[in-house]
Formats: sequence, structure tokens, C-alpha cells
Amino acid sequence: MASGLRVLLLTGLAAAATGCSVFGRDNPPLEDAGASAPVISPDVERREIKTPKIDSEDFEITGFVGLLSVEDFGSNTVYGARIAYHVTEGLFLEGTYAQTGDVDETSVEVLDNIDLLGSDRKYSYYDLAVGWNIFPGEVFIGKNHAFNSALYVLAGAGNTTFAGDDFFTLTFGAGYRVLATDSIALHFDVRDHLFDNDVTGEDKTTHNIEFGLGLSWFF
Amino acid sequence: MRHFILIAALVFVPLVTPAYGKTGHYEAVVAEPFLELHTGPGRGFPVFHVVDRGEQIEVVKRRTDWFQVRTARGVEGWVKLDQMAETLDTAGKPTALDDPTAEDYAGRRWEAGLQMGDLDGANVISMYGGYHFTRNFSVELQLGDVSGDFSNGWIATASIVHQPFPEWRVSPYATLGTGVLHIEPQATLVQSEDRTDQIAHVGVGLRTYLTKRFMLRTEYNSYLTFSSRDDNEELDEWLAGFAFFF
Repeated sequence: MASGLRVLLLTGLAAAATGCSVFGRDNPPLEDAGASAPVISPDVERREIKTPKIDSEDFEITGFVGLLSVEDFGSNTVYGARIAYHVTEGLFLEGTYAQTGDVDETSVEVLDNIDLLGSDRKYSYYDLAVGWNIFPGEVFIGKNHAFNSALYVLAGAGNTTFAGDDFFTLTFGAGYRVLATDSIALHFDVRDHLFDNDVTGEDKTTHNIEFGLGLSWFF
Repeated sequence: MRHFILIAALVFVPLVTPAYGKTGHYEAVVAEPFLELHTGPGRGFPVFHVVDRGEQIEVVKRRTDWFQVRTARGVEGWVKLDQMAETLDTAGKPTALDDPTAEDYAGRRWEAGLQMGDLDGANVISMYGGYHFTRNFSVELQLGDVSGDFSNGWIATASIVHQPFPEWRVSPYATLGTGVLHIEPQATLVQSEDRTDQIAHVGVGLRTYLTKRFMLRTEYNSYLTFSSRDDNEELDEWLAGFAFFF
């Protein structure tokens, strides 16, 4: 009983002590309040510094027209679009979509007056490729103008839609890029699109060579 | 006429004349003894100008690891990332440049990539996007374009991915998911119906961190198709490709 009472008293004492210290903090002596108030309140206008972000231009969008030699079906005008992402100064990844109008007739179609493809005469493809700027450099026009340029090679794979079917297609090519300004470039490309088909009746690997002239914009 | 020109000049000149120092470009101060300007954004382009310590430059744009800068005298050239990183901003702090490292790779949130390979004898080109909830666990959506000798089609799957050792440079992972496979027999074959089947898959793969934001990815998936025909079909898929994180 006695020990219980002692505990109770000690608890009460401890509570009183903490209470006192709390009160002490709540009501500071008057002279303290006077000291903490500044004599002159500084009126500093905080300048908010906003650092502009550095504009990155690693993407390049290209529109192009060219000639596509569709094996057995003549040379055809092709037009398409391409988007590239430049990973490093050498390496880039790109995706392309392009299509032709109705392809030309084969000699068989012309001579025998038959139609091999019916309504599926359009050739279209998409591909994804990895490119490498192997020879970067500058071209000089006259003595006052220098333009940055690069010769690049690329390889990729994609899908071709032709003659009512889809064909897995490998693409190899090389191109030349000349930067007219820091953001606008001219491209000249030569690409070979390879795929197996049986459109003419026998299974064979066809090479479809494309020449393209493009205009691109970096953003 | 003269009045018109005068009024036009008064109205338009302030619009086209940039106020000094308000170009909106990042401004930096050269802190090392000098900063080299190249004629183009690549290691082969020659140095044609140097900017001395203490001079201010304006950073016009960035292309891969090169920065196009303009000096106070109006000279424009390209500076390499490692030299740019040694400049200070106008407040005197080092220029902060976005240069992803292996550490950023381990803590990545989003990743996307392109892969190609073989789905049971047919060629497949696929793209995927993934979100990482933790360093070990992510979800992915994958869409593939399938083209075979006898049929074409597409495959779409959603999977959960577990990567037990995210900090390894070459790091294995396991996937488990479900989706649909759509097959269209080729036009030159006898008439046969298109079909869409539900599929489930398990797979294993390997991510290899390359550099910057890039990694290589190779994977193997085993698909089980739940077709309406008598037997369920099993398909093997091998893929390899590029991926990047952001």
C-alpha cells in the first residue's frame, strides 16, 4: 500500500514538473519577447530564379519520295514518312512507313492481257531499323558555305503488304544526310527490301530496291 | 507612306528585337580555363573557337551528347557533354545535365522496346511498354505482328514481370501473362477461316544494360493457346531487341 502511494505521489510530482516546464515555454518573460522582435524588419524581395531547360533535339521526322523497283512489277513512285531517334552521335533507331500507288504490270500481264494481282496492286511496308553514322563530316559549297553531313548505313526488319499478303521483310541500306540548317536536313537513301514471296507462281526471294529523297526536321 | 513605315516600325520593331538577356535559353559560365567549340555535333568535327574562363554562353540546344552554344560575341558552335558539365549556371552552381547512368537504370519507372524473332516458325516483330512498380516487379503490354509462310496475324499480351536482381548489368527476369492470338491463313492457300484464340504464357528473359537509356533484351516465351478445336496448341517464341527506359 505504502509503495503504491509512493508511486502515485512520484507520478504526481513528475506530472507537475513537466507541467511547469510546459507553462514556462508557453509564457516567456516579457523582456525575451522584446529582444526577439527585430528593430528593422528587412524588406527583401526574393528573386525566383527559373533556369530555362535545355532544348533537346534527338528526334528527326522525315518525309520522302522516291522510286521503288518492285521485283517483276516495274519501278514505282513511293512516298513515306520516317521517324528517327538519335541515341548517340553515331547510333540511331528509326521507323518507316511507305507506300506506292498501283504497281506496274509485269511483261506477262501486258503480253497475255491478264491480271495477276487484281485489286491488290498497292505495295506498302513498315520497318524498324538501327542506323550508324559511319562517316560524319562537312560539305563545302563554294568558299563561304559549310554544311554538316553524314553517310550512314542501316539494317532493319519489317512487314510488307503486297498482292493481298503480308511478308516479313529485311531492309539494308545506306544514306547521306546533309544538314541545311541546324534543324533541317536533306536525305538521299538507297535501300534494299528483301522478302520471300510466290506472287508469280514460284517461291523466291525478291529484292526491291528503293531510291529516296527526303526532307527532315529535328525536334 | 512615310507615316505608315514609321508606325509599322514602332509597332513591330519591339516585337522582333529580343530584349538583352531574355532569350529564354539556358545560360552558363565557363569555369574551366577554356571551353572548346566544335563545328558540328560529333567527335570528328574540328575545334574552331575557344571561350575563356568567366565568359557567359547561351545554350541553344542539345543533340545527343553535344550542346550548341552561342557566345556573347555571337559565335555558335558545339560543345561536348563532359566539357559542358564543367560549366556553372548563372547562380554559380554546376550545370545540371541529364545523363542517365546505371543507377537511373536500376530505378527506372517506364520502359519500352522493339523486338523481333520467331514464333513457332513464323517471323514476329513486337513492341512493348512496361511500368515498374518496384525495382523487382513490373507489368508489360506487348503487341506483335506475326508473318509466316502459311499465315499472318497478330499477338497481344499483358504480363507481370519479376526481375530478382535489378542491379545486375545482365539481369534475368521471368514473365507470366495472358492475351490473344489472331491468325489469318494466307490468301494463296485454300479458303480457311481466320481465328482468334485466347493464350496464356510463361517466359524467361535477359536484360542487358548498354549505355545511357538503352538496354538489350532477349526472351523466350512458351504459349498455350486455348482453341475451340480438340487440342490446345503449344507455341514457342524467341525474341531479341532493343529497349530504352524513361
